[in-house]
Amino acid sequence: MRHTFVVHVEDKPGVLNRVASLFRRRAFNIESLTVGHTEAAGVSRMTIVVDTDLNGARRLEANLYKLVNVLRVTDLTGEKAVIRDLTLIRVAATQDTRTQVMQLVDTFRGRVVDVAPDSLIIEATGTEDKIEGLLGVLEPYGVLEMVRTGRVAMARGQQSVATEPTGESTETDDNVSYSV
Amino acid sequence: MGNMRTGAQMLWESLVREGVTTVFGYPGGAILPAYDAMLEYPIRHVLVRHEQGATHMADGYARASGEVGVAIATSGPGATNMVTGIATAMLDSTPMVCITGQVGSKLIGSDAFQETDVTGVTLPITKHNYLISNVSEVVSTIHEAFYVARSGRPGPVLVDITKDAQQGSGEFVWDESPVCLPGYRPDLRATEGEYREAVELINGAKRPVIFAGHGVMLSGAMDLVRDFAERANIPIAMTLLGIGAFPALHPLNLGMMGMHGEAWVNQAIQEADLLLAFGMRFDDRVTGNVKTYAPNARKIHIDIDPAEFNKNVLVDVTLAGDLSAVLRDLFPRVERGDRGPWLEAISEMKGDSAVRDVQNLPDSGHLYAAHVINDIWRVTDGKAVVVTDVGQHQMWEAQYYHHQEPRSLITSGGLGTMGFALPAAIGAKLARPDAEVWVIVGDGGFQMTMCELATIAQEKVKINVAIINNGYLGMVRQWQEFFYERRYAATPLLSPDFAKLGAAFGLRSVTVSRRADVEPTIEMARAESGAVVIDFRVEQEDTVYPMVPAGADLHAMIRRPSSSPIVETADD
Repeated sequence: MRHTFVVHVEDKPGVLNRVASLFRRRAFNIESLTVGHTEAAGVSRMTIVVDTDLNGARRLEANLYKLVNVLRVTDLTGEKAVIRDLTLIRVAATQDTRTQVMQLVDTFRGRVVDVAPDSLIIEATGTEDKIEGLLGVLEPYGVLEMVRTGRVAMARGQQSVATEPTGESTETDDNVSYSV
Repeated sequence: MGNMRTGAQMLWESLVREGVTTVFGYPGGAILPAYDAMLEYPIRHVLVRHEQGATHMADGYARASGEVGVAIATSGPGATNMVTGIATAMLDSTPMVCITGQVGSKLIGSDAFQETDVTGVTLPITKHNYLISNVSEVVSTIHEAFYVARSGRPGPVLVDITKDAQQGSGEFVWDESPVCLPGYRPDLRATEGEYREAVELINGAKRPVIFAGHGVMLSGAMDLVRDFAERANIPIAMTLLGIGAFPALHPLNLGMMGMHGEAWVNQAIQEADLLLAFGMRFDDRVTGNVKTYAPNARKIHIDIDPAEFNKNVLVDVTLAGDLSAVLRDLFPRVERGDRGPWLEAISEMKGDSAVRDVQNLPDSGHLYAAHVINDIWRVTDGKAVVVTDVGQHQMWEAQYYHHQEPRSLITSGGLGTMGFALPAAIGAKLARPDAEVWVIVGDGGFQMTMCELATIAQEKVKINVAIINNGYLGMVRQWQEFFYERRYAATPLLSPDFAKLGAAFGLRSVTVSRRADVEPTIEMARAESGAVVIDFRVEQEDTVYPMVPAGADLHAMIRRPSSSPIVETADD
């Protein structure tokens, strides 16, 4: 099953290489990896998605901890978490189809961020399911180019009241109209 | 400004403060500033003949003493020559610091002369590595490198220092306080619940076996293991690197487990109801087929590295932590055991041994490796530090030299590095000048690093080299015999006259081909003040028995055919 790890690392040269090398070396396949700054200076945060079983996830966590620059590893799998992808999609849109496309995008709470005579760039955030859904409805118009960030994730606060369906963390929610 | 130093001076001063007295190295352009400063410091530098030798020497030094071994080389080819030795140390958890010169920081990335991305190259084979490109980082990085190398599960750490960082200058500030690395946790502790589960399993076990691995030595837990085994009356099997962790002649000692372990050891494991793994990692050479491995046994795994848990074999209870600390906590809770029936059952299995005591063999005049090794054991009274290479002789050593003391067998287990023995023995001897050091090496492995004979001569290192010369790459030949229909592809080996070769280096060197000459030659070597090279011409197609073929069930051993002369006894 897919495991989502949040890994805090020291922001030093070569750390991304060390983490990526570990996955390769131990024959784990990375589905997605994002990295960026955190609230703390000198600390970077990675969100890594890996397809492995429970034992594999435990070994991976132990191996990540062996890297001197790794500060904290959290396996968010099965935890209540907010999980998001960001995507930019360039879709073909002529004068005739532009309005339809924009209505669809609106349904998915996406935004149009660039308009050209023959295409639009759409920005959308959400779970992978939602983005897949958006891509599905845009496909007939012609998806010309697409980029996705891969997952970023954050555990929900303890006893938090979800402001939206919490099913996201289990990736089963196929409701396309969630609020974001 | 009395504390002003160049980066090169800071390097040596830091090494001195870390307790380093001996380094093994080879100079070159990018490390020249460091070599120039070396003359001012009280550190012995051993000039090797190849950088691989430097790493094996540092490794042997560390294994013999428990201290961090240090190797030093220049950039590019000097650094890449170290790769095999670093990987060897990594697989066997040896504390080692390798220092390499690097081109000037402004040249990095330009493919400058002798530039190699050595931190990149060694990333997967070091515990950690560093690139120092500024003089201000030298002291703190060296301090940190030693801490990482020796703490937790030890391992090799590489420090790459640019030429300008060596040449730059700054104030020398030594921080005595313990190194604090926010993400590094070498001091894990098991939970009370885990201890309870373990104690329950141990006290309830009828047929337990303790496994002693290299971790026993690394943790210094020999006495604790012995007390534990004696109190609970549990027999002990050892991994190859665990040999010496428990006295070979102790009644509870079973011997080495695994591919070339004695039949009764593997049989006991297969029949056990509890395995207690102390600082070992269930290597595939130990388990054979994991699906049929110790099928009736619950398993308790104690290791300082939680990444080893459930890696190869699924276990029931894991206790993370330093073995000594864990055993101290466990000991008072373990009941005195009477495991008489189990120990008796094992004694009966021993009667079915495949390898008989070679001292009882009739002397047919043929020279067998087993004879040579067993005689070395007998004549040295089992008190030598033996450094082996990799292959048949390594397994025979494990079978026929009975080690009573920790750190008395030094061998490349995990990586299985041919060419390890000769340089590692130099390191071992320099770490323990009072020890009698023997190299046991095959004719193949010896030729991989025999250039270090020159190091032995130049540094006047007194070791004795026993070449087990069978004219083949023996272990590979054995696999070809068993699994490749005796098609001896590329295993027959032509060697120089090793006696003449040794003599060319100024070392006393002899050839022995008769059984009767073995003992007097060993005596001669022991009495000789300088290093001695002995070329033992042994039976060419001898075989290591028993053998569990790779991936086969542990109880499915290939046994020595009864017609083989080495097992003929007076009774046969």
